[in-house]
Amino acid sequence: MASETQVSYLEYQGRHKGIWSWLLSTDHKRIGLLYLYAVIVFFFIAAFLGLLMRIELIAPGRTIMEPQTYNGLFTIHGIIMIFVIVIPGLATIFGNFFLPILIGARDVAFPRLNLFSWYLYILGALLGVASQFMKSGPPDTGWTFYVPYSVESSTSVIWALTAAFILGFSSILTGLNFIVTIHRMRAPGMKWMRMPLFPWALYATAWIQVLATPIIGITLMMVIAERVLNIGFFDPALGGDPVLFQHLFWIYSHPAVYIMILPAMGVVTEIFPTFSQKPVFGYGAIVLSSLAIAFVGYFVWGHHMFTAGMSYSARWFFSFLTFIVAIPSAIKVFNWISTMYGGSIDLKPPLLYAISFIFLFMIGGFTGLVLGSLATNVQTHDTAFVVAHFHYIIFGGMGFAFFAAIHYWFPKMFGRMYNNKVANIAWGFNFVGFNLLYFPLFIIGLQGMPRRAYDYLPQFHTGHFLSTIGAFILFAGLILMVYNLIVAARRGVKAPANPWHGVTLEWKIPSPPPHENFEEIPEITSKPYFFGKKEETK
Amino acid sequence: MAVHQIHTEHTDSETGKLGMWIFLFTELFLFGGLFLVYSIFRAKYSAEFHVAAGELNAFIGTLNTVFLLVSSMTVAMALAAMQKGDRRLTLFLLMVTIILAALFILNKYFEWSHKFEYGIYPGSPVLKNMPHGELLFFGLYYMMTGLHALHVLIGMVLLSITTVRVRARRINSTRYLMLENSALYWHLVDLIWIFLFPLLYLIT
Amino acid sequence: MKQDEKHISSYSSLAVVLTILLVLTTISVLATGFHLGPFTVVLALVIASTKVFIVLTQFMHLKFENLFLRLAVTGVFVLFALVVIITFVDYYFR
Repeated sequence: MASETQVSYLEYQGRHKGIWSWLLSTDHKRIGLLYLYAVIVFFFIAAFLGLLMRIELIAPGRTIMEPQTYNGLFTIHGIIMIFVIVIPGLATIFGNFFLPILIGARDVAFPRLNLFSWYLYILGALLGVASQFMKSGPPDTGWTFYVPYSVESSTSVIWALTAAFILGFSSILTGLNFIVTIHRMRAPGMKWMRMPLFPWALYATAWIQVLATPIIGITLMMVIAERVLNIGFFDPALGGDPVLFQHLFWIYSHPAVYIMILPAMGVVTEIFPTFSQKPVFGYGAIVLSSLAIAFVGYFVWGHHMFTAGMSYSARWFFSFLTFIVAIPSAIKVFNWISTMYGGSIDLKPPLLYAISFIFLFMIGGFTGLVLGSLATNVQTHDTAFVVAHFHYIIFGGMGFAFFAAIHYWFPKMFGRMYNNKVANIAWGFNFVGFNLLYFPLFIIGLQGMPRRAYDYLPQFHTGHFLSTIGAFILFAGLILMVYNLIVAARRGVKAPANPWHGVTLEWKIPSPPPHENFEEIPEITSKPYFFGKKEETK
Repeated sequence: MAVHQIHTEHTDSETGKLGMWIFLFTELFLFGGLFLVYSIFRAKYSAEFHVAAGELNAFIGTLNTVFLLVSSMTVAMALAAMQKGDRRLTLFLLMVTIILAALFILNKYFEWSHKFEYGIYPGSPVLKNMPHGELLFFGLYYMMTGLHALHVLIGMVLLSITTVRVRARRINSTRYLMLENSALYWHLVDLIWIFLFPLLYLIT
Repeated sequence: MKQDEKHISSYSSLAVVLTILLVLTTISVLATGFHLGPFTVVLALVIASTKVFIVLTQFMHLKFENLFLRLAVTGVFVLFALVVIITFVDYYFR
């Protein structure tokens, strides 16, 4: 007996019909899918631009483009990847889809605001793309918009700045929505310490979104004021300080990387217990370390500026805090591995990606310490070493966690199963391609290869050549992975409600979920990750 | 922390209010970036800031401060009146608040045009000939009061919509979330000015 | 947190609050007449902070709100102060 609330969210027709029932939907699950489709499209655009860069770099000298084009490419590649993919990605897709379900709610606190956030996101993303086609040419400042060049460049910088501003506003509203949702809409009996760990991760992330993003907003406005009004804050000729821009920029952009990684850590924290059939090891430690990362992450921004001319005291301070902030991340790694230890391991694609996440994230993390140490930073700053480091953390970390998430929750979201074998093959391409693409960059970076450089000395040729081969392998893997999922969404085998034997709330409802998630709001009486073994409920 | 799940209107109003408070946090950090820039340059150019601030009209600044403080009281009273069910008084107090806001904007308009007449605006030749600290002071002055004035205008719009809804009885003594939230937003506008005023006008 | 428990400010208490704020403003303005050197900044900020505290707790009703909100507001100001102080660690020691 299918009541209206039991119709699948994919089929539900409310006030609006057809495409409008999607574009005007305030259902968090549909909004999650709207974000998913947008992210996939923009990701492939930005990844393709990255591939073009790698083709250019396969050999010294000109390969397929002029230097100016190359500068425009690394700028827009960064803008899209950072502001359109990695910062919003996990939270807006899987956060939107699963946060209400995981806490036993029917939707987020402000569903219409949620839809509005998506429209802002699309507007910002389109403005970013539009900046490529303006008469004054695509911006060539890098996604970091450093002054003085971002003020002097004759390209369409203001379009890009405005795009980033709007995307930031979208991020703020999502964070606001999630904080209020978690505070006000948990199911009866779900005390804070009974909440699963993905919502906890989203909670910590949301506070960063809300408190850090406004700073980049005002900073971007200041750059526009410099360009248009000559306001002088960052112009030494008028008494200003260009390093002040860097402070303001990184006061947001460093916490932003925690916006990127915390949800990723939250996702894998859900995956490990399910595929080990064992509760998470150290639930409390994971909660505290998430909050600690969010908090301490506010105070390390200067490690992007060690060679910019800051005082020694500042450099010392930021380096010290950078080492401190690594500790909670290490705690999590310990907890994830301990969760698997002694568990009943089922190496399905989600777990495969989650384990790769640990490996790649750790390489990124350790190399971050090399960068965070003052002496070695002098050697590695602005080299390909940095490029490798952040791709390991962002792509190897958040990216692979994203792939883990989509493979984990795909059956729930679409009600179908994908082909495991193809998924594993795609993983192989992704993993091998990724490491071949980025690891050589550590080496040539240490040897002196600068970043954002169109041309290079012959001694770096081998490293670049290998890296470009890796890019093609990775790209093939990505296409295979997405193709496998698209085919599955259309004609995959129907998935049961709980294909992975998970114990969190999303596995207790049908696949795909009904429009209102739960027939009846559940009452929570035990800790999460209760696998029904010897554990007593508390 | 107690768990609320019953979706009544009362719960929704607490939820809505929490949402507004978090939005106010973002506004504080938005202006915070400008306050950070101010503090850096104030420390570096204290003497020149002192001189430049002398160009500002402390009387108009004080008058504007009084307008905003009174308007904060009137909007808080409007909320109390609505909670007590006194619709007429609520409407009157809301209108007074909006009028005070308009007077603030009017003042700002006169202040700015007066400065423009003297060639004091970002990028002007007059500014270029000033010592660096004074130039930066005026850059900050325009950007901070400009962004603030924009928020005054937004607040006026919110309060106007609220007034219309009170008239239509869509806001009443049991459903007044929009009034409460508009009032909170308005108080934020006042808060920011409370910091701006001494930092810009009273450092002479 | 039932609606019936909601605290409604009295008109007279709000008027008193305004009076206090206006007095503090007057002090602030008059203080610029005195030559306090570097302490003018300190005094101006102390008075402004007091006014902000009063507006937050009385007009914005924070005094009667739940503990979480009070902690969050405090946290926001503390975080901002820390960011400013840390930035000064660069500028002051250059």
